Amino acid sequence: MKKSLIGALAVSTMMTPIAAFAQTEVQFWHAFTGRLGELVKQQVADFNASQGDYTIVESHKGNYSETLNSGIAAFRAGEQPHILMVFEVGTATMMAAPGATRPVYEVMAQSGAKFDPDAYIGAVKGYYTTTGGDMLSLPFNSSTPVLWVNRDAMEAAGVDPDTDLSTWQNVGATLDALKAGGEECPLVTAWQSWIHLENFSAYHDVPFASKDNGFAGTDTELMLNGAAQVAHLTAMGEWAADGKFIYTGRRNEGGANFRAGDCALFTESSAGYAGISSEAEFKFDVRPLPYWEGVGNSPQNTIIGGASLWVMEGHEDAEYKGVGEFLSFLSSSDVQAAWHQNTGYLPITAEAGEATKMAGFYEQNPGTDIAVIQMTAKEPTANSKGLRLGSFDQIRGIIDEELEGIWSGDKTAQEAMDSAKERGDALLRRFEAANR
Amino acid sequence: MEKRVTFRGWLLPFLLIAPQVVISLVFFFYPAGQAIWQSLFIPDPFGLSSQYVGIGNFEYLFGDRFYLAAFGTTAVFSILVTLCSMIPALFLAVVADRLIKGSGVYRTLLIWPYAVAPAVAGVLWLFMFNTRVGVISWYLGTLGYDWNHVLNGGEAMGLVVVASAWGRISYNFLFFFAALQAVPRSVIEAAAIDGARFWRRFWTIVLPLLSPTTFFLLVVNIVYSFFETFGVIHTITAGGPQQSTTILVYKVFSDGFVGQDLGSSSAQSVVLLFVVGALTIIQFKFIEKRVHY
Repeated sequence: MKKSLIGALAVSTMMTPIAAFAQTEVQFWHAFTGRLGELVKQQVADFNASQGDYTIVESHKGNYSETLNSGIAAFRAGEQPHILMVFEVGTATMMAAPGATRPVYEVMAQSGAKFDPDAYIGAVKGYYTTTGGDMLSLPFNSSTPVLWVNRDAMEAAGVDPDTDLSTWQNVGATLDALKAGGEECPLVTAWQSWIHLENFSAYHDVPFASKDNGFAGTDTELMLNGAAQVAHLTAMGEWAADGKFIYTGRRNEGGANFRAGDCALFTESSAGYAGISSEAEFKFDVRPLPYWEGVGNSPQNTIIGGASLWVMEGHEDAEYKGVGEFLSFLSSSDVQAAWHQNTGYLPITAEAGEATKMAGFYEQNPGTDIAVIQMTAKEPTANSKGLRLGSFDQIRGIIDEELEGIWSGDKTAQEAMDSAKERGDALLRRFEAANR
Repeated sequence: MEKRVTFRGWLLPFLLIAPQVVISLVFFFYPAGQAIWQSLFIPDPFGLSSQYVGIGNFEYLFGDRFYLAAFGTTAVFSILVTLCSMIPALFLAVVADRLIKGSGVYRTLLIWPYAVAPAVAGVLWLFMFNTRVGVISWYLGTLGYDWNHVLNGGEAMGLVVVASAWGRISYNFLFFFAALQAVPRSVIEAAAIDGARFWRRFWTIVLPLLSPTTFFLLVVNIVYSFFETFGVIHTITAGGPQQSTTILVYKVFSDGFVGQDLGSSSAQSVVLLFVVGALTIIQFKFIEKRVHY
């Protein structure tokens, strides 16, 4: 008995490497944990089960910044994965390194897999394609900011929960009413730079940076100290001083406050849906992100946040064929529709949006289509196509620091944004020098 | 008469020190040399190309008022961490030394926090002071004090100092306690017979006899606060609010690994190398003279 067990072990040990050799392995590094991590694992398992030639091996490498760093460090050591998830902020860094990445359009053409870049909705595709229209990385998860409303908190403060919150003017009046009604946390936000500066600029059709927000060249300068942005931040600063806007931190710390029912209004990504719908023990609404009536061409469209998949250079041709097959699988409408419905991320292909609508998902989950409408209602302009700035992760850090100066009352909005421009421009010049 | 062991020939002594020399070369001199070399370039993140800029990275750094401000922040932070970790440790050691019963238990409990990794300690303290669910911030709130370290720079600094110093108290305690045990009882008893009370004996006899340990801990704690507190700052404040907790080593990390600016990051490491080198020389030259071995 014992002998046969050992024998079986020996045989199976010998067999394993042979079995693995038959399939080509493709490494896929991503940044998702929790529910999102499970969904990615499921996608990979489905693909692996659907065919026998390739095995996708997914591994989690930390948060977005950490995943990008691991990918870069691995490339320097010659150990890079085939597919690397990079958040939208790292896009310019990846684009500036043509020797390290292989454009998705090339991978798809070489692999012969079924792929139609035009299936992607414009606002998403535009972020990841060259000005010539070639898709460099595959859009994976994209979201856009919306306004979340705690209806119970509104009622408790004696404010009509159906009141119009489409403009910041109306929101301002509502914040006054909430405060007067005893609400201690009328407004809270996540990702302040992304929502209140980057998306704010696109939504009001004012530039965030010169050279079409960096799309037209690396010799770009920040323009976030413009009149529209400063006016918005001044208003936010006054709300902060009056205790009507509560600052909780640089990332999405405010989500905990909102989900616990502590706050009335919350500006956050549409992808907050998964967390809010599962945790909130109050009635909530999704509304479009507010805009200032009469400022710029508002409301234009909002822009995306999220990540795309980059294919790294330096592997075998057969492996790239597997990469192509996997990316083609990911962009299929079934996979996309399921992803959209499970996560609150945007349906990034028109077909997936259509399939979701046909399945009656939006009727059963009201408000889940608001993000889609908000992004696609108008054709994007040069100011609302997206951002492509080098060292942008670090520039966001600078913006966060300067915004904290406004919220604490140490600086005026104009001073803070002038300083952010000066400091950010210095980084942009270094990025330009590094990629000359 | 001094006793010396002398070797005949060169081979054996060379072989005996070789492991240490090799380790120093591979793990200290080689990386330091690499940092100095890289600080002369602006490379792209992937290492595909780089621009030679000479001392351009250093010019850029010293023209940046935020970098200069980080020196001030680092000085304040290091002094506070060193004081907050050494004074309570000495006090606890003196008290533990006087215990007759149960000193073993007491000692063991005091050493525990040292086993907690800095990043984990950071999370623990952050949780206690969390502006929404923290126990301590809630308690302060009931006393009418509105704790908000996400916007108040002073409070943020206080929090990272306490979180960094907390685990170090154990380490320092261990050394002070051992040193106290080594103070000859006869000296203390003689002073007691002469009528010196406890605190007088402490100031005039015990503290001077502890000075080698104190000096050692001073150097070690300053180096610790310069380099190893990174995890605490990363988990609690990420250098904010504004730049109030951005110390030099945190800036090395954020410029190098968040900003992918390896040239500037290397230049900062080189600056840091010189700062710590200079500090250690100063300590050995001026303070060590006052230490009685």
